[in-house]
Amino acid sequence: MNNASLELNIVALAPAASMVIFALLVMAVDVFARGTRTQPVRAATPWVALLGVLVTAGVCVWLLGQPVTTFQGMAILDRYSLGIAFVVLVAAGLSILVSARYIPRVNAQVGEYYALILLISAGMMMMGAATDLIVVFLALETFSLGLYILAGLRRSDAMSSEAAMKYFLLGAFASGFFVYGAALVYGATGATQFEQIAAMATNPATDLTFIYPGIALLIVGFGFKVSLVPFHMWTPDVYQGAPTPVTAFMSAATKAAAFAAFYRVFLVALPSQQAVWGPALATLAVLTMTLGNLAALRQSSLKRLLAYSSISHAGYILVGLAAGSIAGVEASLFYLLSYAFMNIGAFAVVTLLEKQGEMDADGARLRGLGQRKPLLAAVMAIFMFSLAGVPPFAGFFAKFFVFAAAVQGGMSWLAAIAMLNSAIGAYYYLRVTVVMYFNAPDAETVSEVKSNWPLNVGIGVALAFTILLGVFPSLWTTLMESGVVTALALR
Amino acid sequence: MVPLTWYLTLAAFMFCSGLYAALGRRNAIAVLMGIELMLNAANINLIAFWRYGVTPVENVDGQVFAIFVIAVAAAEVAVGLALIISVYRNRKTLNLDELDILKG
Repeated sequence: MNNASLELNIVALAPAASMVIFALLVMAVDVFARGTRTQPVRAATPWVALLGVLVTAGVCVWLLGQPVTTFQGMAILDRYSLGIAFVVLVAAGLSILVSARYIPRVNAQVGEYYALILLISAGMMMMGAATDLIVVFLALETFSLGLYILAGLRRSDAMSSEAAMKYFLLGAFASGFFVYGAALVYGATGATQFEQIAAMATNPATDLTFIYPGIALLIVGFGFKVSLVPFHMWTPDVYQGAPTPVTAFMSAATKAAAFAAFYRVFLVALPSQQAVWGPALATLAVLTMTLGNLAALRQSSLKRLLAYSSISHAGYILVGLAAGSIAGVEASLFYLLSYAFMNIGAFAVVTLLEKQGEMDADGARLRGLGQRKPLLAAVMAIFMFSLAGVPPFAGFFAKFFVFAAAVQGGMSWLAAIAMLNSAIGAYYYLRVTVVMYFNAPDAETVSEVKSNWPLNVGIGVALAFTILLGVFPSLWTTLMESGVVTALALR
Repeated sequence: MVPLTWYLTLAAFMFCSGLYAALGRRNAIAVLMGIELMLNAANINLIAFWRYGVTPVENVDGQVFAIFVIAVAAAEVAVGLALIISVYRNRKTLNLDELDILKG
């Protein structure tokens, strides 16, 4: 905090503020509809929420431009934070479409659900915008507390509440590590603001004894949030137990938000210690990719399969940070965006495969889907190909950019391990496709799919962008190019 | 005046006790208490570093951080206890070893 100048620049908080305003609007609509018992009005809550997402996206596009700092440098609105905001908005928008007919089946409290999605998204956007450890902590808790509630949305269900409980205990545990780490970094540098931390950390007069345990604890704290091995054990349980649209939202948006702050803390506040955290993160990336992929090989539940796959994807994204370069940051942003489209798309298909009253689908339900439901099977196959990194889908370029950044950063060995891992990953993604097309349909196979138009729109959008970003990756990269430079210019 | 290392030792001890409780206890509420100890250990660190730190005492970053941590910890307990009640209603137990439907 810099007392010399009192600059507020509240406009820099406009994206998060717009989400909060719409969250309040959703709650108001819900409450008034409850009083008058007008069911149609209440059914409007998802659309109000979706409008909020679209308006906020508009605000973000309008704000693209020069970076603006706000609240005496505690947060910044630059292209990097707007990029993260876009990824979060994509995840929120698609999840709302997937939820529209799903959530009423799970919980009657529909209004709170959408309000929470918007509030969580606001917290996630602040993760991308934070340039101060205090703001990172606040944003982290804002979105985490909301997600604990969403994971336990189906209150009467033992699995859902167990998932929420596990998520809460491990999440709060991780916050403990994060705060302790932040306190030690503050102790070593006397600052919580990233630029000041960076300035103090390069000052030879500073005693840096506490910064090393601080960095280690920060890695543990972020590692839990993005589910790096060995801090991943909550991920499969929570992904399986939470309602599927929530899992979809959480897998894509939490990763974006947590990685956003992870990157900014390490690249802006602690670049001088890269010799310490670079190898540590590279090791974690290797562990995460390998163990995530190996564990995914033996999963029968589709949601657990996607959970372990999301762990391995966290490993690939971390390769971008371990590279520690601008190219690495750009590549990771592209990865997070493509991951949001393809992964939410895959979870949306899973919602169609679930039996009535269940919130998970067994892989056996895919048998012969190619014959019974050719279109659905084709869509699922595209998402699987994209997750596996097969061209010409988004997942291919996502991996390509990240691995290229690692090679440029002098970490060819890491890129090589990552590519080997993609090959392991391809096995279980392609196995899903094989089961759909080469196994005969049986009693387990989904014969009737209760589709609905919001879900179809969601899957359609996810599919379109999975293909579009694969064919024209420049769409995103040109938009973001100057942004990442701005983010790192803070050094 | 009490030296900084004493505060840091106390905080480290509290953090480790919290960690031990969070990892070792089987009751969900005891685990939550352990987590609270960890957060408060961080608070002691923040205040001690503010008082003895590199920057002048007028710079209150450490205090502000500690106040935010206290506020957030309170919100966290509210959500946590609500989830604990929800689990108890479904399962009639708070023993974490018995919450084992989700595995594989």
